[in-house]
Order: sequence, then structure tokens, then C-alpha cells
Amino acid sequence: MCGFAGILGIGAAGSLPPDSELLRKMADTIVHRGPDAAAEYIDGSLGFGHRRLSIIDLETGDQPMVSPDGHVAIVFNGEIFNYIELRQALIKQGVQFRTTSDTEVVLQLYREYGIDFVSSLNGQFAIAIWDRRKQTLHLVRDRIGICPLFYTLDSERFLFGSEIKSLLPALGARPRISIAGLDQLFTFWAPLSPNTIFEGIREVSPGEVVTVADGRVTIARYWDWPLPMGEYSSATESELTEELHDLLVDSTRLRLRSDVPVGAYLSGGLDSSAIASLVLNHTDNRLRTFSLTFDDREFDESGYQSALVDHAQVEHSELRIGRAQILENLEHTVWHTEMPILRTAPVPMGLLSGHAHASDFKVVLTGEGADEVLGGYDLFKEAKVRQFWSRQPRSSVRPLLLKRLYPYLNLPAGKDAAYLKLFFGQGIEAPGKPGFSHLPRWTTTAKAKRFLSDEVLAALGDDPVRSYLDSLSEPVCRTDSFNCAQFIESKTLMSGYLLCSQGDRMLMMNSVEGRFPFLDHRVIEFASTLRPELKMKVLNEKYLLKQAVRRYLPAAIVNRHKQPYRAPDVNMSTGSGDLAARCLSPESVNASGLFDAGRVNRLRNKAVRGRLSTSESQALTGILTTQMVHQQFCQQ
Amino acid sequence: MQDTIDPRRALRTLILEDYLFTDDESALTDDMSFLQEGILDSMGILEIILFLEERFQVHVAEDEMVPQNLDSIDNLLGYIQRKKKAA
Repeated sequence: MCGFAGILGIGAAGSLPPDSELLRKMADTIVHRGPDAAAEYIDGSLGFGHRRLSIIDLETGDQPMVSPDGHVAIVFNGEIFNYIELRQALIKQGVQFRTTSDTEVVLQLYREYGIDFVSSLNGQFAIAIWDRRKQTLHLVRDRIGICPLFYTLDSERFLFGSEIKSLLPALGARPRISIAGLDQLFTFWAPLSPNTIFEGIREVSPGEVVTVADGRVTIARYWDWPLPMGEYSSATESELTEELHDLLVDSTRLRLRSDVPVGAYLSGGLDSSAIASLVLNHTDNRLRTFSLTFDDREFDESGYQSALVDHAQVEHSELRIGRAQILENLEHTVWHTEMPILRTAPVPMGLLSGHAHASDFKVVLTGEGADEVLGGYDLFKEAKVRQFWSRQPRSSVRPLLLKRLYPYLNLPAGKDAAYLKLFFGQGIEAPGKPGFSHLPRWTTTAKAKRFLSDEVLAALGDDPVRSYLDSLSEPVCRTDSFNCAQFIESKTLMSGYLLCSQGDRMLMMNSVEGRFPFLDHRVIEFASTLRPELKMKVLNEKYLLKQAVRRYLPAAIVNRHKQPYRAPDVNMSTGSGDLAARCLSPESVNASGLFDAGRVNRLRNKAVRGRLSTSESQALTGILTTQMVHQQFCQQ
Repeated sequence: MQDTIDPRRALRTLILEDYLFTDDESALTDDMSFLQEGILDSMGILEIILFLEERFQVHVAEDEMVPQNLDSIDNLLGYIQRKKKAA
């Protein structure tokens, strides 16, 4: 991976060449994305600044790269995993190459096919292409949203960059927090694409191309999450199992293409274990693995990690995290997430990439995406049980199935059925509606909004849940409710939070690139042809994946109860004095104007007493990190 | 000592301070539904039950864990009264 930033002047006022010092400054804000080399390119009113992390073609793959005739220039962040096949096809057509880099393949593909070439890419990428003859800039982002790309526009300039902080040196004024973005974040965990948490700054949405020509910005979609409309594959279960297996082998093999060693994260769960076992059984890569362990047994999965390490005999190391490290690293984490977070889970992920980096690894494989693509989340199960229950809403037995999902819920003896009914029974009268699966989570999260200041509350627009559900296309509303839940999850939490705040940003803060075999678009497209019961058989999650990989794994890993990755909450009772004073004091809260100082103070006091509920704990983390974002990005 | 506690005041203070995070009395009316208004979540409901048991020595049976008993200040007060009478 790498990082880039750029400026395109617009109209007469923006016709001057961009300042190369400014371009360098912009790119230098994201030096962590590319510490190996830096360069700029200026042509007329267009300027690119690039920071390189060398992974493929270490010698000649420098960027920005310009075609021999000077007609096309590109900067590129990411990987094209099928670049060897694409290159060979181009050579057959007579195209000549100067380097062995994937960047040149992108350049030549554009020259041959124009912007439609993006559909041929298998990879994770953010690309900026300057077509000098057409005086046109294209910004392209991968299908899933793995590599980030942001932009903003004023009357004279179109600014873009791999991270929001790269735009800051070129902005006339500090950005302001977007109330709509904040409203969405305190509902869905992240602003809905293309919104960001800052006013006027947008992202290129996953699967889209943003084109700037003649001062006009146009957006085109080249790929979307596929939605089956009741036409599922008619192949047998064993045929589908083998097809998934072979696809995952190929997807993993492609993601080992690198001129530097590739490691893997091991959580102890099915997904990362599956990836590690595919590497070991189908490639000659000597796998090195990395894990997080926690002092807190509640979050620790080291037992399962050891089971896999012993079984596979990989070279392994672990990083142990205690509660104190969460708070110590929170501000630095937020500088990289560039948006508030409601849970602390990104913090240990940032520390783990530091550990991988210190072990001389620039690339790691992870199991990210399996839950969304192949049906793993408890949220999908929960929706299924609530639907089952809604068919007999008065039953006190049916909701007991929810206990199967949350065995760690410490319910009062003899009161479980009544309790489950009271909490999960909300909304069961409308089980077929889009969003049914997500309403409990969104409702819990949105409770944080009660801490917003009166001014912000008055400025909130329409209910973001209703607006989002109204915006869903007819196919999304008509598809099976399981597919609909997967679609919503991939569009909101996965691309908006998991792949950004908990993914790319936590990896790249230490110059480590993540690769995600489950997010190969061929795997996603294949999974969309599966009948929902092959993804979740009764309440057995990722059923087909388990069938596909059980041949490699210990039974304890395949049959274990799924444990979502979580990290300890912010502990306000010890050692938080400085941080709390800086971020949560009435003066600080009033300075941002975003929250009500009195209510925040009561929440803080309750936290010191140590008894916050899930939604309150999310609110506290959300408020604390919003304050940090405001201090780091919005204040002078 | 326990008998001198004003249940209405105790319940209102608990909800206002710990769940609404305010001292503004007008933020909570006695007939306001905790669930519909999103005042209590899963843990909050358990805490209210714990509070009733600790503070008022009211034992909440499973079939009594229904909104009619627990979902507002009025419902809670009525429930406590019925339980005290029955005891």
C-alpha cells in the first residue's frame, strides 16, 4: 500500500500550477502509509504527491508513473492481485512494459481500455489517473472499500488524498464537524458513504469512479454488492463446498503475491484459522503469524490460538494487551481513524500492526470479511430467532433460543424468558422489513445522542435510520431478509468502520498492508448465489465455509462458539485524570459545543463508579473520541 | 429506616441521574414509558429490578417482569404498592 494526495485547479482562478512544496507537505502527513520513497508530479493545474511503501517491484515501481508519451500519469495505493495475468494479456496484444510493477499494468490498461478497465481488476486499490489529453482526472476506489480515498472541492481547487489529514495543509480553514455525519456515526458506527465526519469532505464510495473534467464532478458506479433475487445456485451442497474451497485457495494464493514476506493475523476464530491453513496446505509460503491476547479473560482467545498454532506448527508471536494500554493509546489511535469510535477495538489492532512491523513484516493476511460474506454474525442469527419468534409472538419458549446466541449474557435465574422478551421483543411485529436485523443495534447506539448539546440536537435533520431505509433500492427490499441483512452490514459497518477505523487505518499507521482473501469479489459474487440456509444452517453460522475448511482444522476451532472480537472499555476509574480533564471537562466540552457538559459530567461520574451499560459505554467512548477528533482536526 | 424512603423520589432520582444524566425534573414525567422513550436498555432493566429488590425488598417474579409493572415511574409505584400490600 501507499499514500497519495493531489490538487486539481478548477476554472480560471485555479489555472496556476500547484505548489510542489504544498504537495510534498500534503503527502508527508501520511508518511506512515509510505515511508520508503516520496515524489511529486505537476502538469498544468494538476499535481500529485506520493508516498511509497515498496511491496512489489522494489526497484522500478516508483510513482507517480507517467506513460512514455506523457499522456497519462497515475498514482496508486493498493494491490492488483491479478496484475500478472493482466500484464500477460496486454503483452499478447503488443503492449511493451518498462517495469514489472502492478502500477504500470494499471497505466497501460487505462491507455488500452479507458476507465472501464477497472472492472478487470482483482484487488484493493485507490487510484488517481490524470488524462493529460482530455484534461480529466479519475479517482477510482476498489469494490469493497479497503483502500481509502477522500476529496473536497472549493471554487478554485479539487483536493484529494488517501487520508483526510493529507487535505489539511491545503485547506483554507480547519474543517468543521458535520452534524449529519455525527448523527449517522452515532447510529450506524460510521458516517454513511460518501459522508465523512467533516463538513464538505467526502470519500470516493466503494465501487465508484469520481471524474473531474471542465470543473464538473461526476460519479459512476462500476460494481455493487450482488443481491440474489431468489435464483440460487442449483448445484449440490458438496459441489458448492468444493467450489468455495477452490475459490478461497485461489484468492489466498493471489494474495501471497509480493516481493516481501507475507504474514497472517490469527485471532483463534474460524476465519483467520481457515486462511492460515489454506496458506500452509496450498502454498510454499513459510507462514509467520501474529495474535492479540488480553489480560482480561473476557476478551482473550489465546486458548484457541494455541490450538491452531500447535496443530499447524507455525512460527507465532503474540502481543498481550492490558486495560491501561487502551487509554494510553486512544488519542494516537483517533489521529489515525480520523473519526470518532464507539468501541475501543481499533486500539489493540493498531498495536498489533506495530508488533508485525517490528518483526519486519509489511504485509499480513487476515480473515476479515468472512462474517459479512458467508453469514457469520450473531446479528444475523438474532434476526433469524426474532423472526422465528414473531410467528408466535406470545410464546415464552421461542425467545429462549436467543440464549443460544449470547451464552455470556448473565441473566437472572428463572427470569430469562421474560427478560429476553422485554429487550429483544422490540419490533418483532414487522419481521420482514429491511433493517429488522439491525434495529436493536442502531437503537442502542443512537442512545448516545442524548448527550449532544441542545444546539446540535436542534440542528439534527431527519432520523438517519428512516432516511437510510428509505434510500434502499427496491431489489434490496425484495430480497430474502438474510441477504438484506448482509447487504446492510457490508454497506454500513464493514466498509464504514471495520475496514477503515479497525482495518486500513490501524494497519497503515505502522506501514503494514492488510490483505483479505474473503473479500475477493469472486468470493462475494459466489456467496451471493448460495441459498441463505447454506450460509446459516438453522443457527450454525458460516455453515458452508466450515464444510470447506474442516479438512484442515482441529474440531475445536470449527465447532467453537463464535466470539466477536472485542477489547476492554475505557476505564475511567484509574489513571484517566489527564485525559478526562483535557477532553471531558466542562470547559473542553463547551469549547467543542458538540455535547452537553452537565450530562457528560454525570456520565463520567457514573463511569468512575464503574457501572455503565453497553449503550452508555459506547456513548462515553464516542464522546471522548469525538472530543479528540475535534481537538486534533478542528481546533487551531 | 427503609420505610422512610419516598419511593417516587428515589425512583425519579435514579432514572434522572443515572439514565437521563440530568437534574432537569421536567425531563421525566411519571407516565413516560422507559422502553418507548429509550430511557432504559437491557442492563438498565436488570438494574431497576435489582434496585427494587435492594431498596424496597420487593422480589420480582418472572411473570411480573412485564412492562405493566416496570415501564414507567407510575407503573413501578403501583407495582411496589401491590407487592407491599400482598406481603
